[in-house]
Amino acid sequence: MTAPLVSRRPRRNYLLSVVAIILSIVVFVVPFAFILLTAVKDQQQSSLLDFSWPHQFQFAQNFIDVVRARDYMLIIAFINSTILTVTSVTLMVVFGAMVAFVLQRRRSRWNGLVNALVLAGLIIPPAVVPTIWVLQKLGLFRTMPGLILVEVAFGLAFVILLFRAFIGTIPRELDEAAIIDGAGPMRLFFRVILPLLRPVIITSVVVQSVFVFNDFTNPLYFLPGDQNATVQLTLYNFSSQYSTQYNLLFMNILLITIPPLIMYLFFNRQIVAGMTSGAIKG
Amino acid sequence: MATTTVTRSARTRNGAAEAGRVRAKSPYPNWFYLPAAVIYGVLFIVPTLIAFYFSLTRWSIFDSKFIGFDNYVTFFREPALVTSLWHTLIYAVVTSGLKVVLGLLLAVLLTSQIVARGYLRSVVFFPVLVSTIGVGLTFTVLMNPEKGLINQSLAAIGIQGPGWLTDPSYALLSVALVDVWKGVGLATLIYIAGIVSIPQEYFEAARVDGAGAWDNFRHIVLPLARPATVTVITLSLIGGLRSFDLIWAMTRGGPGFTSDVIASVIYKQYQAGFYGLSTAGNVVLFIVVTAIVLPLSRFLNRKEVEL
Repeated sequence: MTAPLVSRRPRRNYLLSVVAIILSIVVFVVPFAFILLTAVKDQQQSSLLDFSWPHQFQFAQNFIDVVRARDYMLIIAFINSTILTVTSVTLMVVFGAMVAFVLQRRRSRWNGLVNALVLAGLIIPPAVVPTIWVLQKLGLFRTMPGLILVEVAFGLAFVILLFRAFIGTIPRELDEAAIIDGAGPMRLFFRVILPLLRPVIITSVVVQSVFVFNDFTNPLYFLPGDQNATVQLTLYNFSSQYSTQYNLLFMNILLITIPPLIMYLFFNRQIVAGMTSGAIKG
Repeated sequence: MATTTVTRSARTRNGAAEAGRVRAKSPYPNWFYLPAAVIYGVLFIVPTLIAFYFSLTRWSIFDSKFIGFDNYVTFFREPALVTSLWHTLIYAVVTSGLKVVLGLLLAVLLTSQIVARGYLRSVVFFPVLVSTIGVGLTFTVLMNPEKGLINQSLAAIGIQGPGWLTDPSYALLSVALVDVWKGVGLATLIYIAGIVSIPQEYFEAARVDGAGAWDNFRHIVLPLARPATVTVITLSLIGGLRSFDLIWAMTRGGPGFTSDVIASVIYKQYQAGFYGLSTAGNVVLFIVVTAIVLPLSRFLNRKEVEL
């Protein structure tokens, strides 16, 4: 794609490039550098809130302080967030793929309804207190399984959308061959179709993991309480009305940014594919 | 292309006939819907529907009492609550407008021949993946009126920066700007995908006709990136209308109620124990979002491309 462009216009616009790079550093790199620098300062210097080189590097000390704060709450939060993310994303992807499979393959009177519900799931903001009421009736309020199911419910629509488009590209001949070989619906789906969905599975797992891991609102409403904290809620450990330990706050921000960063480094392409799906088809 | 359509329609007819004969043995059983339908139905559809009833009640932890439209009357009488409705609209329009404009400009820039394109793309996109609360707290510090980096830098070139988050007339817009900072990467990415999918022939034909860069942008990129524009507007409107965490992390709706939006009102009323009022806020938000997004996306998707 770029090759003909280059041969036609070999000259790159260097002035524009320099301006863009400088702007990008000011706008995007400086805030992250600020997080990094403040995270390794001592408490006194960090409270100045300025953008400066640390007098002394306290990386190890700050790291230990953050981890030990409030009885190792960060560790517990990381465990909670991991359980939440892994379980809810797994359920979301398996159940979503099953819906998308039947929705794409079978023409029935349910299709219109299911499509409408998927659209509704993307648009409608969840009703908070009624959801709590339902969870309470089921005995799931303030429990991890409750929050997991809530995340699944809110994330399904997007997953179904991703999968439906992809399943459309898998030839039906494959289904028929498997059926002739005597495969039932379960075998057909889990042994034949699901392995072929690998690219879209990776995309939706990565995108939804980042989303659930960074989710603040749902844990705030549906899983309150310190012993249940997820990582996003630990950010409020170090700020109070009167004094904020800025070095520890920013160390905490730094630590909870690492998992999405790793995801980004490894799955850059899949994230981009997932987030832009639907942009071109129109 | 034509052949595949023919075989496919023939096959679906076969499939329908088979399904009629051996109804129970479809390879695509409806019970595949079941697990998702149960979770989605119980935790999303049911709450959405009963919200309409509970918004008409005085509702506490213990019981609920039907009081008609009193919650809505309260909602639209209380100035702090009505302004939250306007703030929601302002916030959504400002953020999605800026995301469309900046996203398109950045995408054009990042698909042109410039140095360090890969670096620029990643650095613009990365904030999308960072925790919203983390971004909010960071910018609260950077926007500190006296000590914050932004006003310090402005002071260095002789401008006195405003109290971004402490001045009632700036607070909401400051949060909206941070929202754009965090979200513009996604808009850019969507536009890049749209621009890259435009066939090169158009640009070649335009070059033969002697079109300049502006003509290319105005008559090729802009109309043909339209699906991307639709996606960006829809996504950022939906996100902007229900936005809560960034506002909560940065201002908690303050100073006063000057940056309260519906979503933060819902949380505040919930915390205060006014569940009925909180749910009424939810229903208002539901109506606002559907009333704006549904007709808009229908309108945007219907209009044909005009080159």
